[in-house]
Amino acid sequence: MKEFKILAVIMALVGITYYGIEPYAHSVMHPEVAAADFSFNDLHNVDTKLVGNVENGKTLVEANCIACHAIDAAGHPAVMSNADAAASYGVVPPDLSHAGRIYDANYLANFIFDPVSAMHLQHKFSPDSGKTFPMPSYNWMAPQDIVDIVAYLKSVAVKVTDDKEGHKATFEAACGRCHNMKYAGFEATTPVDVIKAHMGATPPDLSQYIKSRGEHYLHSFINDPQILLHGTSMPRVGLNEKAQEDVIAYMEEIGDSKKAERNSLGIWVMGYMVIFAFLAYLWKRKIWEEVH
Amino acid sequence: MAEFKKAGSMLEWFDQRLGVINFTKVMMTEYWIPKNINFLWAMGVLLTMLFTMLLVSGIFLLMYYKPDVNMAFDSVNYTIMQEVAYGWLFRHIHAVGASVVFLIIYIHMFTGIYYGSYKKGREMIWISGMLLFMLFSAEGFSGYMLPWGQMSYWAAYVITEIFGGIPFIGDELVVWIRGNFYVADATLTRFFMLHVLLIPLAILGAIVFHFYSLRFPHVNNEKGEFFDFEAEEKKYLAGDKKGSKVIPFWPVFLSKDVFVMGVFLIFFFYLVFFHYSFAMDPINFDKADGLKTPAHIYPEWYFLWSYEVLRGWFFEIAGISGKSLGLMAFGFANVIFLLIPWLDRSPLVKPANQRPMFKYWFWLMIADLMVLTEFGKLPPTGPNAWVGFGASLTFLVLFLSLPIITKMESKKKAGGK
Amino acid sequence: MMDESRRGFIGKAFGAVAAAGGVASLIAMKKTWDPLPSVMSAGYTTVDVSGLEANKLQISVWRGKPVFILKYTEDMKPTDGRSVKVGDHYYAVMIGLCTHLGCIPGYEEDKKMFKCACHGGEYSPDGVNTFGPPPRPLDIPPFKIDGQTLVLGEEGPEYKKMTAKA
Repeated sequence: MKEFKILAVIMALVGITYYGIEPYAHSVMHPEVAAADFSFNDLHNVDTKLVGNVENGKTLVEANCIACHAIDAAGHPAVMSNADAAASYGVVPPDLSHAGRIYDANYLANFIFDPVSAMHLQHKFSPDSGKTFPMPSYNWMAPQDIVDIVAYLKSVAVKVTDDKEGHKATFEAACGRCHNMKYAGFEATTPVDVIKAHMGATPPDLSQYIKSRGEHYLHSFINDPQILLHGTSMPRVGLNEKAQEDVIAYMEEIGDSKKAERNSLGIWVMGYMVIFAFLAYLWKRKIWEEVH
Repeated sequence: MAEFKKAGSMLEWFDQRLGVINFTKVMMTEYWIPKNINFLWAMGVLLTMLFTMLLVSGIFLLMYYKPDVNMAFDSVNYTIMQEVAYGWLFRHIHAVGASVVFLIIYIHMFTGIYYGSYKKGREMIWISGMLLFMLFSAEGFSGYMLPWGQMSYWAAYVITEIFGGIPFIGDELVVWIRGNFYVADATLTRFFMLHVLLIPLAILGAIVFHFYSLRFPHVNNEKGEFFDFEAEEKKYLAGDKKGSKVIPFWPVFLSKDVFVMGVFLIFFFYLVFFHYSFAMDPINFDKADGLKTPAHIYPEWYFLWSYEVLRGWFFEIAGISGKSLGLMAFGFANVIFLLIPWLDRSPLVKPANQRPMFKYWFWLMIADLMVLTEFGKLPPTGPNAWVGFGASLTFLVLFLSLPIITKMESKKKAGGK
Repeated sequence: MMDESRRGFIGKAFGAVAAAGGVASLIAMKKTWDPLPSVMSAGYTTVDVSGLEANKLQISVWRGKPVFILKYTEDMKPTDGRSVKVGDHYYAVMIGLCTHLGCIPGYEEDKKMFKCACHGGEYSPDGVNTFGPPPRPLDIPPFKIDGQTLVLGEEGPEYKKMTAKA
């Protein structure tokens, strides 16, 4: 009985100390922020309740977008190499084959209307800073036309599988123009010095971000970077919930590839230790019978 | 040379050459431990086991680790964690083991203080134990640098910078320790050498010495009772096992230790597989960058109390800068435990709860260390800075008053009789 | 008698030689830990200050340490013994490491102050400690003014004047 009392005292002291230096200290250092908002309802320049017309969208896209953007899925190849495109625009313009799938429709429509305000990058690209974002605002376009473009992009969007390959495709479309993923052997399509000049900071390699930032932080951060890191060069990219989950899943598949093995082996090892401790107890009791 | 008879068995063959039968008696079956003990007496064996696990896991990590500022981070986080079969397991065991070993060291240490196991002939056990604590601290610190993450870098930076406060030679000493003006490749390679060779060698030597120092004064027991070990040993060997106050190290003492070990390992492997981030800080998964300070820098949890003693002094007193005062307090905190056998002036060997004044001192000290540990991690702003100062001051006062308290206690005891 | 003293002498001589050898090896070992010549002679850093914007912190690297260069705005008064005049403008030039424990303070443009995230130390724009644990102002690296450029690591007349004053 006395031994249980001693154990209880030790457990209480260790528990209090642990609570203080881990959960409590971290809650002080990293205050909780609002959960990710996938409706992007701060954006309402374009009324996305309108019903889009794919045919009209196709015409508009061919007239307005493909001078800069490739849409491989619709048979529009890139006009120049990545290096040349990066040199001309500051960043490689995205191939729109995935746009209809990975971006939230409301975000995408409002992005076309005014890219900089949708991305929350007014502090980087403003008339005062003298820097302009390579894509112009289509705020002169009728909302119905913008919605048609979105409808068209959705109709041509590439379907991907829900596995590592699919996650990889989403990651590369969403993040791969700026960020490297060294542990997957992936290099950003925009050369690093070009993107640094364009955005004012070198985008970090994301190989270990699942470990250094954690899933919880990434979910809020990707959804709206300015909230957690005020003044960052990282734009709000406007991923919908599924695409963001795929991106984070891929970061885990690359950055924490042994997670499944760890979890399953852990159960076995702990089970083994329980049997070990139980037999050790029986053995101890038998031996101490003689001396007590 | 003595003449060797032909051996009748393998045991005899070895015994003739190595004296194994006598050796086993001395080391195991006739090495006597008091019977009157609780599970806290198993911590020593637990620590030996943890050190072995650290050594073995360390050997496997060493095969793939690259001590170079350009390669270290990826060799740990890619090669070991993702490519090598079970490399991640060895790293988790090594990181969690290095953290938990300090928990057990602290329990072991405070058990010694609680039961007064450092006096009346047991001073060398205490001294060698504290020497081990210091060596483990150096081992933990040097090892934390090796993954070359942000926390590795900045903890190394801040801690080596502490030496800059030493008068006259400080600045040059810092450069000498680092081998550069800042924490750089030279720093990493020399700390690598210390971590994998010099300090482990010293630890092995100190462990042997610590065990040896137990032989003459014998292990203490739950009541602090002194008895004639030889008489009790005879009683035991004569068959009065129940009446004897001693038990042999093997199998009786170890059978209990193995059970404690089993229970401990359930907890340990839970941490290794499912709850390791306290020992593998997320910030350390960002590669070291000397031009980007993380928002919060803190040492590993087992250094927090002495770190808080250091930074609790943040303002000038009597013309001495806060930094110098903190450094002095830090120096004091790091040697004072070593002197406990002489600070405790009471000749009594009794558990703390049976000592009228020491018991308050003991629990106050534990509480103060917990406060220091907690505030050592919190940002030192506003009231936190003052709590840190108060706890740091309390620490000094507690240890300076220990001789007075124990002296009073022994007088009171004598007067009461 | 002879034998005794001779043995004593030989013993002492042997002891002295052994001790000398030991000390010599210790010195050699100490030197092995010294920074390498290539590290010691690590070059000088040159910074062109003509293109800097006022109240925007420029961080250069010198011997692995960040060096803050801050151009004063019109309404910021130069500090005696700390401000550096290059051409027509005043600059603060200092090692960007908190004098408490060596973290890198950040510059808050709106409040015109440096704040160290590690232990809460604060400095004015000229690097004088104003709050918290830092024991002294930010250190000033040796520099030389060469037209519109600063050469860090070389001691120019302005630097010598500055240190002479302090």
